[in-house]
Amino acid sequence: MTRLSINKTYKLYIGGKFPRTESGRYYAINNKKGDLIANMCLASRKDFRNAVVIARKAQSSWAGVSALNKGQILYRIAEMLEGRKEQFIAELILQGETKSNAQKEVEASIDRLVYYAGWSDKYQQLFSSVNPVSSPHFNFSNVEPAGVTAIIAPEEQSLLGLVSQIAPAIVGGNTVIALASENKPLTSISFAEVLNSSDVPGGVVNILTGNKNELIEHMASHMDVNSIIYCGKNKDEMKLISDLASLNVKRTVFYKKTDWSTDNSQSPYFIEKLQEVKTTWHPVKV
Amino acid sequence: MITNLKNLPTYDTVGVNERVARFCTRSIKKSSKTEGLKLALSMIDLTTLEGKDTKGKVQQLCYKAMHPHDTLKNIPTVAAICVYPTYVGVAKKSLKGSGIQVASVATAFPSGQANIEAKISDTKFAVDQGADEIDMVISRGKFLAGEYQFVFDEIATIKEACGKAHLKVILETGELDTLDNVRKASEIAMYAGADFIKTSTGKIQPAATLPVTYVMFDAIKDYYLKTGRMIGMKPAGGISTSKIALQYLVMLNEMLGEKWMNKNYFRFGASSLANDILMQLAKAETGNYQSPNYFSKD
Amino acid sequence: MTKKDKNIFKASWSYDEAPESTDHVQIKKQYDLYIDGKFTKPIKGKYFASYSPSDNKEIAKVAEATQEDVDKAVKAANRAFKSWSELPGKERGKYIFRIARLIQERAREFSVIESLDGGKPIRESRDIDIPLAANHFFYYAGWADKLEYAFPNRKPKPVGVAGQIIPWNFPLLMAAWKLAPALATGNTVVLKPAETTPLTALKLAEIIHESGIPKGVVNIITGAGETGAAIVNHPNVDKIAFTGSTGVGKYIQKATAGTNKKLTLELGGKGANIIFEDAAIDQAVEGIVNAIFFNQGHVCCAGSRLFVQESVADVVIEKLKRRMETLIVGNPLDKNTDIGAINSKKQLQTIESYIKIGLNEGGEIYQPDCKLPKNGNWCAPTLFINVSQSHRIVQEEIFGPVLAIQTFRTIDEVVEKANNTPFGLSAGVWTEKGSKIFHMTQKLNAGVVWANTFNKFDATSPFGGYKESGFGREGGLHGLKPYVKFE
Repeated sequence: MTRLSINKTYKLYIGGKFPRTESGRYYAINNKKGDLIANMCLASRKDFRNAVVIARKAQSSWAGVSALNKGQILYRIAEMLEGRKEQFIAELILQGETKSNAQKEVEASIDRLVYYAGWSDKYQQLFSSVNPVSSPHFNFSNVEPAGVTAIIAPEEQSLLGLVSQIAPAIVGGNTVIALASENKPLTSISFAEVLNSSDVPGGVVNILTGNKNELIEHMASHMDVNSIIYCGKNKDEMKLISDLASLNVKRTVFYKKTDWSTDNSQSPYFIEKLQEVKTTWHPVKV
Repeated sequence: MITNLKNLPTYDTVGVNERVARFCTRSIKKSSKTEGLKLALSMIDLTTLEGKDTKGKVQQLCYKAMHPHDTLKNIPTVAAICVYPTYVGVAKKSLKGSGIQVASVATAFPSGQANIEAKISDTKFAVDQGADEIDMVISRGKFLAGEYQFVFDEIATIKEACGKAHLKVILETGELDTLDNVRKASEIAMYAGADFIKTSTGKIQPAATLPVTYVMFDAIKDYYLKTGRMIGMKPAGGISTSKIALQYLVMLNEMLGEKWMNKNYFRFGASSLANDILMQLAKAETGNYQSPNYFSKD
Repeated sequence: MTKKDKNIFKASWSYDEAPESTDHVQIKKQYDLYIDGKFTKPIKGKYFASYSPSDNKEIAKVAEATQEDVDKAVKAANRAFKSWSELPGKERGKYIFRIARLIQERAREFSVIESLDGGKPIRESRDIDIPLAANHFFYYAGWADKLEYAFPNRKPKPVGVAGQIIPWNFPLLMAAWKLAPALATGNTVVLKPAETTPLTALKLAEIIHESGIPKGVVNIITGAGETGAAIVNHPNVDKIAFTGSTGVGKYIQKATAGTNKKLTLELGGKGANIIFEDAAIDQAVEGIVNAIFFNQGHVCCAGSRLFVQESVADVVIEKLKRRMETLIVGNPLDKNTDIGAINSKKQLQTIESYIKIGLNEGGEIYQPDCKLPKNGNWCAPTLFINVSQSHRIVQEEIFGPVLAIQTFRTIDEVVEKANNTPFGLSAGVWTEKGSKIFHMTQKLNAGVVWANTFNKFDATSPFGGYKESGFGREGGLHGLKPYVKFE
């Protein structure tokens, strides 16, 4: 008799823990034949609200972690993901990718994490400056994270697209609440497991699965979220976000790109978009 | 009247933290470790300051003070018991003949938010009951508002009310914000008549830390060089392991030295530290790591 | 300070020995040269010994690379260059990340060997040298695929084969400072550690090997002055990076004149450590200790000239003397040691001769009562008070735990005196006034200015000198420049 396997229950990832949605609701992910792959949590606006509170609490200490440590943590995420490569390839295949594309996507995700790990202690040297003001003052500009970031992850390339948003956001000192790809959410929760075993403090990354239509307005209108990233092409969604963002002057970032495997899908500018510039003056004469 | 608060040294916090970290890299082993542990034990003010304290609780604590762990040989007793004024009488009776001092908190401990009459009466009651030492709190609000003369006068008044009892002045460093303030408060306390300066009430976070203790040692050193008078020091709260206690002793050793390395000039305000020290001493004797089950909790 | 004062604060509790455990450490009896991906015997078959300066006992024998071995190594580096430099940056970076991780995994073993071979306290090698070395590889690994951002409007290319010669004061750390940026930018390397401290470089060769980096990319060869000269003079080496004494640096600069070799030099120093009356005095005193007694003063950027404002000079010197009473000179492998062994008999003789010079020049000497161990090379921490710019011990680099103390009165005076030296590596400024810090940092001719701290290093922070302290920077974005050329 063949051995029966234990099916995984997919929950949300909030505050370094895996709670179910407080609403108790679900939605099913089926394969091409219509058979059930897994039930996902259908996250509610309350889940999002709770995640924001937790992300806010974690933000100032995460921003205070040294650049070196942040880099080492991101490198560790890459180590953990590399170790689980086969699992993720299998999951991507379940979600409908071909084997070769699945492999490319996982490898690209690992390499992207290493890429951003390497920026942790360098982007500051690119985007900061000492400014030669005319008065006798020492004047310098440095960058600081915007704070709490809401992310609407790409629908396609569910793993690579998610990693491409989370990595630059957190390496820059932000904490995030990401809404995963609605139709391909499995890898996002498995990725949460990778984060959880990588020395990433709880609350720095929070991942929800659910219905984009339902959650977008709450994500865009939340008064304690500093910035919002939207990946997609829907003009109505983008307009809605821009409108609601004006309530607290949220920084909005839109990526229409659908292929995150190209060369220009990673750069320090992805980090820079979620940074604020602070300029300080101090007299020089004694 | 204090006039010299303007020329006090200033401290760089990053520098102090680095110096403290360096003290913490001292590795204390073998007989120097056992020596240090016993010394630390003898310096403990075993403390109970709960709203739910009773006569029975205090009596049990006093027994523990006199008999920390009878199965270990050559173990010193603790230095003192520290309780609320209403239990001084009980403690005195239980500790009779043991040589262990009775310290009492006073002056509307822990907040210090009461009028001076209430504070004097609180102190006098404890002294009448037989307290050997009084642990008072300074008025932090007045200090932060810059009313240093008020703080000074209050301490001098309580010192007078103490009579023969020794006065420890609690600065509540966790509320003083900066190391420079800790220095200033130390200075005021010493010139106003403190016999000991103490970090904390133990009722708020942060309680005692090595950096504030460093600054207070420095204040004591300078005061001695100016006046020839030795002041004692007591860190209180948060010192729960032998490792931490030994770090304080290393710092004491290398900053103030021989003359201060005894219970007359240094105390630990602690409760669970005693058992941790006993476990370490038992480990040194037997070679085995210990379990808390074998050490009495009172 | 009266004798009475000295006794009042005397430490009474003495610490037992706390030796770092060494039984997990693996050191071979004899090491060969690491060339073209394997350990290979020196062609002429000669070996020399590396000694532990704390007891002058031999630890191991290492190979002496002659001209022929150097040639072999350079050829291997040349062969490896094309494919290494053409590897995608991100793959190169991955090898370097591996090296960083491997050092972290074997950190304790490296620390013990570093202290044993060089004499520095285990606390320093464990807490400073080895972590900084690992971090340096970690930092530059990240640059390997990001070079297009480092130089606006330029396309950087590697220079080729880098010949790297490093000193004995921070053996592993200097190896990291040299290798990491060179490899990240696509160069191949021939590295020679100092002859008195070859062991951690040879252990690093083991790690290089374990990282899987292609053969010939990193070659580590041991030897003394002649080996170094052979590297410098080799026609197929494209770049020379040297850290060491100013004397040798000048020789190298002359030797490479007229060739196309790129050159960076990190040489000696006589750093001015300046304490103003409005400094946090207590921390400034600790800063003095860190500036001149850290690593036994074997530091090019040591704060070896103390300038203290006259109004606080007595207080500072008294506090310094009292602080020095608690410094423990002893076995480098004892965790409580503050000051370890002097690296070699030769260096000890140099230091002792400067102390004699100082005495002859009329300097007022002070040394605390510390017990020096019997065998091995030891020097007590030493102060010379009431000296001035005209004293030799104030002008010349001693490279030992000897501090020359002068007073000053005004800002302009101390700036002039601090700059009045052919060196220009480091300076320290102690004041609580921000505007004074920024004023001083503008005026001091030094590549590194430490305000309210000293001897702080970080992979992201560029380090290097002005004037005869050398040229070129190591660390940070600026540290990439020496290893690239632009079309």
